Amino acid sequence: METGGPRLAGAELTLAYEKRTIAEGLTVAVPDRSFTVVVGPNACGKSTLLRALSRTLRPSAGSVLLDGQDIATVPARRVARTLGLLPQSSVAPDGITVAELVARGRYPHQGLLRQWSARDEEVVTDSMAATGVDTLADRLVDELSGGQRQRVWIAMALAQETPLLLLDEPTTYLDIAHQIEVLDLCARLHEEQGRTLVAVLHDLNHAARYATHLIAMRDGKVVASGPPTEIVTADLVEEVFRLPCRVIDDPETGTPLVVPAARRGAVRPEGSRA
Amino acid sequence: MSSTLRIGASVSVRYRPRALLVGAAAALLALAVGVLALGSGDYPMSTSDVLRTLTGGGSPAEDFIVNDLRLPRVVTALLVGAALALAGALFQSLVRNPLGSPDILGFTQGAGAGALLVVLAGGSSLALAGGAIAGGVATGAAIYALAWRQGVQGSRLVLVGIGSAAVLTGINGYLLTRAQLMDAARAMLWLTGSLDGRGWRDAVPLLIALAVLGPAVLLGGGRALRMLEMGDDAAGGLGIRVERVRLALLACAVLLASLAAAAAGPVNFVALTAPQLAKRLTRAPGPNLLAAMCTGAALLVTADHLAQHAFAGHQLPVGVVTGVLGGGYLVWLLATERRAGRM
Repeated sequence: METGGPRLAGAELTLAYEKRTIAEGLTVAVPDRSFTVVVGPNACGKSTLLRALSRTLRPSAGSVLLDGQDIATVPARRVARTLGLLPQSSVAPDGITVAELVARGRYPHQGLLRQWSARDEEVVTDSMAATGVDTLADRLVDELSGGQRQRVWIAMALAQETPLLLLDEPTTYLDIAHQIEVLDLCARLHEEQGRTLVAVLHDLNHAARYATHLIAMRDGKVVASGPPTEIVTADLVEEVFRLPCRVIDDPETGTPLVVPAARRGAVRPEGSRA
Repeated sequence: MSSTLRIGASVSVRYRPRALLVGAAAALLALAVGVLALGSGDYPMSTSDVLRTLTGGGSPAEDFIVNDLRLPRVVTALLVGAALALAGALFQSLVRNPLGSPDILGFTQGAGAGALLVVLAGGSSLALAGGAIAGGVATGAAIYALAWRQGVQGSRLVLVGIGSAAVLTGINGYLLTRAQLMDAARAMLWLTGSLDGRGWRDAVPLLIALAVLGPAVLLGGGRALRMLEMGDDAAGGLGIRVERVRLALLACAVLLASLAAAAAGPVNFVALTAPQLAKRLTRAPGPNLLAAMCTGAALLVTADHLAQHAFAGHQLPVGVVTGVLGGGYLVWLLATERRAGRM
């Protein structure tokens, strides 16, 4: 299996929807056992890149390599046992319970005659425990809050038991507390279970705090990549987001914290903060 | 809730006791009504006489009445009901919409157009069945092609389907005006959906199709279909070849709906109602294909029995009964979906 290179990489990718080209000649590598986060302004192609890496979108040129093999030539089921995906929009079927939805993550491990092994049962229980939804097992997914629901979907992806896990904007539509909850969960999965995570995030500060490897994109190109502490600078943020800012140390974690520059005239005089 | 049947360490089958129970109850009801229908008519027979005749113990007259006259009609009704319900369950699941059924998405109207063209050309009833199948399949292919844009989305398929249904209804109306009076009357009866005078010739193609496609869809497609319900991306992430599976299942559904139309005409609303009814009875998420099939068979054979015997001395085409029942159901569905805020 080991080929020297990373398990997941994209080489010279051209990504396009119909005739609209999103990216050309895009090359990325996901370091093994990293928590890689892709950031960039709207429409920079970060979600499109994730779709290509997860084989949801077929590149019009170039190839995504999974364990050194073009992912398009790997049987779909084998891909699904290696690489899990949490899409941006999933639909919970009417009247499905949490345990039933999480159990669907076992699909790539099952067959017509092997629909529910002891291993399936065990992994589903563990996945629900790891995401803290075990107490909700018999509740209907429709009745849950947004944060709970997202944890259920993550539990389903975990139940897939893949060493690689791709998450497309896992924190969108969640309030700040639930965003942190989901990101803490991701960090724990990365640290404790040794999975390689790739997430697309909107919030640069979240990315800088949680990622071990950051990929910054603009206009379908990778502008910079590396550990956040090494690459997040005021110049990079300005280049990628067109946002004047200062970068300071996060007082909680010491990771880079981006503070947008104040609008001219909005700076309060020294000592006016009551 | 699900239960698991284990045989050794390598075989495990998951099933829902309630869904199996509903399926079995519906199948039993369908057979019971079927036996009742076999004993009803100008020459009434008791249930025991019917059963004795079915197993070959009747007098020549009884044998003729039950096995030659009435049985083909009842079997056709059961098969048409099962085929329509299976097609409807597939469509509804694939487009993720309870309104996604072949009579609303235009496939049935396409089959009607094919049949009408044959009637206009003065074709035999066998040719008419062929025309219906060709019309349904051609419409299915056209709708799929029109809805295609880097894959087919449920919502676009519904919109294209409803549009096609409207266009085809107009075309069918025009074709009817071009027909001779006798042909037009024959076509009208066919378009309402009727099981009058159905013989083995009508039942056998459907029986073969169900025997082949039924197990293939139930065993091969059922689990993939459940994954597809969660969205294309989620299903793809779980290792489903989304477009391939969808095309295969759509093709099966179109074929089943067209064959059903060829056998009994476009019987309305069974494909719409049966899967929803089965879903509510089984209280299970997912397409519930087997329960839907049995419910459809029970529904149609009951509707046909009502159509023949509910009004003494006055027989109705079965399509009238399913139309009235199904239309009422549709209004109820729209009202409850609205109240639940889903529409």
